[in-house]
Amino acid sequence: MMTTLVAARVSLSPSRVGAVINRNVGALRSGPAYWVVLISGFFEPLLYLLSIGVGVGALVGDLTVDGHTMSYAAFVAPAMLAVSAMSGALAETTFNFFFKLKYMKTFEAVLATPVRPFEIALGELVWAVVRGSVYTAIFLGFMVALGLSSVAGALAAFPATVLVGLAFGAVGMWVSTLMRGWQDFDLMGTGQFAMFLFSGTFSPVQNYPVGVEVLIQLTPLYHAVELVRGLCTGIVGPGLLVNAAYLVVMTVGGLWLASRRVEKMLCE
Amino acid sequence: MADQPLIHARGLVKRFGDFTAVAGIDLDVAPGEAFGFLGPNGAGKSSTMRMIGCVSTPTQGELRILGMDPVRDGTRIRARLGVCPQLDNLDPDLNVRENLTTYARYFGLSRAESRKRADELLEFVQLADRAEGKVEPLSGGMKRRLTIARAMVNDPDLVLLDEPTTGLDPQARHLVWERLFRLKQRGTTLVLTTHYMDEAEQLCDRLVVMDAGKIVAEGSPRSLIQTYSTAEVVELRFADGLDANADYAAKLDGIGERIDPLPDRILLYADDGDDAVSEVHRRGLAPASVLVRRSTLEDVFLQLTGRTLVD
Repeated sequence: MMTTLVAARVSLSPSRVGAVINRNVGALRSGPAYWVVLISGFFEPLLYLLSIGVGVGALVGDLTVDGHTMSYAAFVAPAMLAVSAMSGALAETTFNFFFKLKYMKTFEAVLATPVRPFEIALGELVWAVVRGSVYTAIFLGFMVALGLSSVAGALAAFPATVLVGLAFGAVGMWVSTLMRGWQDFDLMGTGQFAMFLFSGTFSPVQNYPVGVEVLIQLTPLYHAVELVRGLCTGIVGPGLLVNAAYLVVMTVGGLWLASRRVEKMLCE
Repeated sequence: MADQPLIHARGLVKRFGDFTAVAGIDLDVAPGEAFGFLGPNGAGKSSTMRMIGCVSTPTQGELRILGMDPVRDGTRIRARLGVCPQLDNLDPDLNVRENLTTYARYFGLSRAESRKRADELLEFVQLADRAEGKVEPLSGGMKRRLTIARAMVNDPDLVLLDEPTTGLDPQARHLVWERLFRLKQRGTTLVLTTHYMDEAEQLCDRLVVMDAGKIVAEGSPRSLIQTYSTAEVVELRFADGLDANADYAAKLDGIGERIDPLPDRILLYADDGDDAVSEVHRRGLAPASVLVRRSTLEDVFLQLTGRTLVD
């Protein structure tokens, strides 16, 4: 669906996008260094799930949201899954993308070929989501094993995590084209952490004052958590469409802005 | 169609904000030609190359590459170009062969074709024994040769080389020149920039001298030397030179075609260098060192711009 949307804007060559992905597959073989950056993105949400979801959950007991009662761990787990999808894609489209853009001059070399800026952006994003999805799939396996999600719920949530990865990956890519240097990544990390704590991850957003609740509802991770949680738990309502639409807009907008920035930076 | 120029430019201008990098140049490069842009850093060579490579949009003027419009047909043009940038941007995450195979995929070559092409090219640039190795430990000359191989991966009609031997030691330079000469013999059209006179003389059939965004001279290396210089040049150094060179120049007046006093030496332009040296001695002058040499493009550049090409 997204590809057709985008293809309407620019003529796009799947083989060139594939070649951009192919480069990253080749780079995987270069050794463990490439993997390290993504490991934290996977383990952090899992550790939070175990410590807070299961540990603190034992003190909290069950939780009732919109008339549905569930264990605290079952409430937290989908949120951690969404966070995992976000971090997985972001690690690739921020640190790695920035490095290729600014220091390795990878994209400069690629742009001398028929490949276009948009095809680079799309290829890098697809790659980021493919990698991130390996982690979300493992995470879903943990959830099913711990009884925090049904198999059906996990299968329904998986495509949603792909959308979450696309959305955050695309916007993250755009943001990394605006970065002046590594120090700016600290700022981004802080923003990411704030969203991580407050986006309905550890407690329902209705617990906050109305002003704060509305503010949270404007930020992206909230929509990612709502969508993934809804599909995991099977508590489905029309609101999920709004969440999904928000993420689609992020994906398309982020990609478009990122490729425009790359073009502006490298094709001046 | 066969005689259509591969590059055709009229009044080509590139501006970055207030700065004019290329100030209106006209060019035609024919198939099979080895064409050079000669000039100091900042002359506008690289900006011109980037426009030809379709990664930079002309601000003004007409530009056709392979008969196509770079703005509209950039993708189709780039498919037929080979680009060797000024700074090596090889991929350190990939090994030597993968640098070529991965690049070939951007041009739509199949996996098998890419592999075949990579092995041929590694042979050509004498890096076959490093195929499985990493890029980082390669010497500057090897990296440069690998970059040239990468530029050849799509069997291009036109190869753009931005300062192909800058920063290389003499041996490495000669090896690169030799490989480029072979490409030229095969009929590949080469367009290169350089600020080395000897490089331009070695490789280029025709060249333009650029200075401050403009073309100040055009022709074959030989014809440029004939037009803007003399057959030979005598370099005189006096023991008390530096401040005294202007005085010496006055005393040398009338010898040869032209006299150029530089801070460290005096250049005497003459068709017969030995005659000129005899005349110097006849006038009772005793330079500390005398060198008679053939005229080079450096002399042309000095004559055209009034400065030596050192930057």
